[in-house]
Amino acid sequence: MTCMIPGFKHGLLALALISLLVPTNILAQSIFINDATIHTMGSRGVLQEADLLIREGQIKAIGPDLAAPADSTVIEAGGRPVTPGFFAGITMLGLQEIAAEASTVDASLETETMRPEFDVTLAYNPNATAIPVTRIEGYTWTVLGPGPAGSIIGGQGQAVSLDGGYKSFRGGKLLFIDIGSDASELSGGSRAAQWMLLNQALSESGSELRWSPDALLTVAGRQVIAEFINKNIVVFDVDRASDILQLLKFAEKHHLNPIISGGAEAWMVADKLAESGVPVLLDPLLNLPLSFDQLGARLDNAAILHKAGVTISFNNGESNNARKLRQAAGNAVANGMPYEAALAGLTINASRIFDLGQESGLLQENSRADLVIWSGDPLEVTSVADQVVINGKLVPMVSRQTLLRDRYLQQEPAMPRSYIKP
Amino acid sequence: MNLKKTPYLLTVLSCLSFAGIALANPYPSTYEPLPSDPVLIVNATILTGTGKRIDGGSLLIAEGRIMEIRSDSNISGENGATVIDAEGRWLTPGLIDVHSHLGVYASPDVNANSDGNEMTDPVTARVWAEHSVWPQDPGFSRALAGGITSLQVLPGSANLIGGRGVTLKNVSSTSYQGMKFPGAPHGLKMACGENPKRVYGEKKQAPSTRMGNLAAYREQWIEAQKYIHDWEEYEKAGKDRSGKDKKGEEKRTLPVRDLRLETLAGVLNGEILVHMHCYRADEMLTVLDMADEFGYEVTAFHHGVEAYKIADELAENGICGALWADWWGYKAEAYDGIQENIALVDRPRGSCAIVHSDSAEGIQRLNQEAAKAMTRGRRAGMDIRPERAIAWLTANPAKSLGILDQTGTLEEGKMADVVIWNGNPFSVYAMADQVFIDGALLYDRNDPSRQPISDFELGQLLEVSE
Repeated sequence: MTCMIPGFKHGLLALALISLLVPTNILAQSIFINDATIHTMGSRGVLQEADLLIREGQIKAIGPDLAAPADSTVIEAGGRPVTPGFFAGITMLGLQEIAAEASTVDASLETETMRPEFDVTLAYNPNATAIPVTRIEGYTWTVLGPGPAGSIIGGQGQAVSLDGGYKSFRGGKLLFIDIGSDASELSGGSRAAQWMLLNQALSESGSELRWSPDALLTVAGRQVIAEFINKNIVVFDVDRASDILQLLKFAEKHHLNPIISGGAEAWMVADKLAESGVPVLLDPLLNLPLSFDQLGARLDNAAILHKAGVTISFNNGESNNARKLRQAAGNAVANGMPYEAALAGLTINASRIFDLGQESGLLQENSRADLVIWSGDPLEVTSVADQVVINGKLVPMVSRQTLLRDRYLQQEPAMPRSYIKP
Repeated sequence: MNLKKTPYLLTVLSCLSFAGIALANPYPSTYEPLPSDPVLIVNATILTGTGKRIDGGSLLIAEGRIMEIRSDSNISGENGATVIDAEGRWLTPGLIDVHSHLGVYASPDVNANSDGNEMTDPVTARVWAEHSVWPQDPGFSRALAGGITSLQVLPGSANLIGGRGVTLKNVSSTSYQGMKFPGAPHGLKMACGENPKRVYGEKKQAPSTRMGNLAAYREQWIEAQKYIHDWEEYEKAGKDRSGKDKKGEEKRTLPVRDLRLETLAGVLNGEILVHMHCYRADEMLTVLDMADEFGYEVTAFHHGVEAYKIADELAENGICGALWADWWGYKAEAYDGIQENIALVDRPRGSCAIVHSDSAEGIQRLNQEAAKAMTRGRRAGMDIRPERAIAWLTANPAKSLGILDQTGTLEEGKMADVVIWNGNPFSVYAMADQVFIDGALLYDRNDPSRQPISDFELGQLLEVSE
């Protein structure tokens, strides 16, 4: 069966119908995207008027003038852009439903003891409503991270595919550490004590001593810390230039593999960051001194860092509204970051930074079929994701929000709206 | 629900003058437009804010006012005006944010700058946000770079009645009086729902429920009615009997001034405009009944994440919905947020949709928020064009602030509050090239001498800023 889906204007409706009418196992067989502008994010760059074949969760072929297999679902892209699925930033998606309702939030360990063994992925709920809300906007994965914690070590998180699966974690465990003025209350009121405590925690690494009078960590915690020496990635939330330099020294001394999240003043130490190879996840909209750690915040932070050779991705601290991240990336472009670099920040750079493997974050033969067909420029606020594909399957472009929309779009219904079930 | 009945109280109030109660404006505006020369902008795509789009149009600014708007770019006969060729660029009215906390929750967010919520009493109608405004907040200059020429600074939403808001021109000044929009009415910030009941409920104090919220507002309006009555009696006694008894002694008693009741009476007599933080559709409808009960108008519901559920009722009652494009889900009353909210509120005849920020980041990019809302509306089948959507951040907020007769559209005689964009403002790549306030060029993206820096930011990070 070859289903022809007309492109552009009616594509959305047609896809919605197909998702309703066709069992997903048939859709899973193969998908053929015809005539797209493909941002491969790999060595082939941007392919115009190109086709793409997906089968068994992978991209099987990509290039001009491919032939659609007889059993494939054909999507007419009509020249629309196709990109790898976007990274939604470090979020609490699936770790909370409503941020202000504590009974629905599992992202933070509020005890004051340092418990690096706290692992938020154990609380992950793929049925959280914010996941489809985010997914249908073109985001196929996120990094789960702990929220504001009772200790400067917030705990562990991990990347997860937003495919709705219970076990869709990807890459290794990540450790989250908070440095700076917002964490000073957690370290006796001084950021100097943050390094003191972290030095001690690192010195306890791997120790199996049952108890010592001044121990910071439990035995389990010490074992977890050992996993992050010369191995797994540690995400440091840090903004001030002087703190960033301390972090580089600290990471070198303890053989850590760090990532910076925040980095409001990273541009001030761009050369040092480039030299050390430490990537930065930043918020391109941050241009106000929201704290004294962020006095140097500026809109061209991303542009400056990129130019200096620092690997850049994005994070804006949003969870329910993580979908705003591509707008932030667009603003980075407006403020001097090259377009393809900003796109890389949402795709291949994020995949590389979190070590998701060579087949992720780009579109080439044998890479994961996580991709998005956009109505127009994917960084533009007037564009939307027309169709999302995860694991080679068409994602139903439905969320609780689209259902509410459809319920209230209808004017003057005869019956109360609770009888409208779109 | 009859929303149109004429309330008894309004009839009473119409003959009342409050001149005898309080000095009309004890903290007056000292704003003076900055010096400007005549400017003629030609070859621009103009969105007037009145629903019109003019391609290749021109605009003449002189003496701080919009002198002429033309559909061509014939530049002869403009004595001495500086000509700006806006080929490929777009011209809009200055943007207006009806919901900001700049100055009252200034950057940096340190304890000393936390001046936006007087969280000590659920009713603080006595406080005025302007008395918290720190004119050195770096947020003002960032907003200017985003094309904001006027804004309303409001108290926060911890309280049922939070206090008076103030409308400012986005100009640098040592005092807030130097920014105060001349003649703009005060707003009154009120709040529905979760915030007041949480803040005070946690203190084991009223209100702790939504019904407690309602009872508390109503008690306040009853007191305000009494206050009006007392002053009315006082005035009447003065008129009828010269205020003296037979022995020639003062008969009438001067009521005691009450700052809280002065503000509430100002709402009941229509001098102060109600801006109410309210998320849920059912609560907004309850508030409309309350407004009828006491004979006042709600000017705008702010945040209104569920406003789309009552778009028709809002339009019928002439109430604006000041909304976000996509923020949702951070609390239960924001759970039903949809990206079509603004477009759906805009849909009925007579509607008043507004894009607002409530954020030092969002106020810099109201145009992008509007672009997202417009896009979602179009995707849902509503034919919303830029010439319509621009009103969401110009004419409609001006209307809700009571300043539409002076700004908010590009019309002859109005204040020359104008933004030249580097292209279509409904784009993530759009930048304000130049911003004029009352005809004065106060921001120019390509001229550092026209980019204000607050005292706070001056001299920071000296070692790198050379």
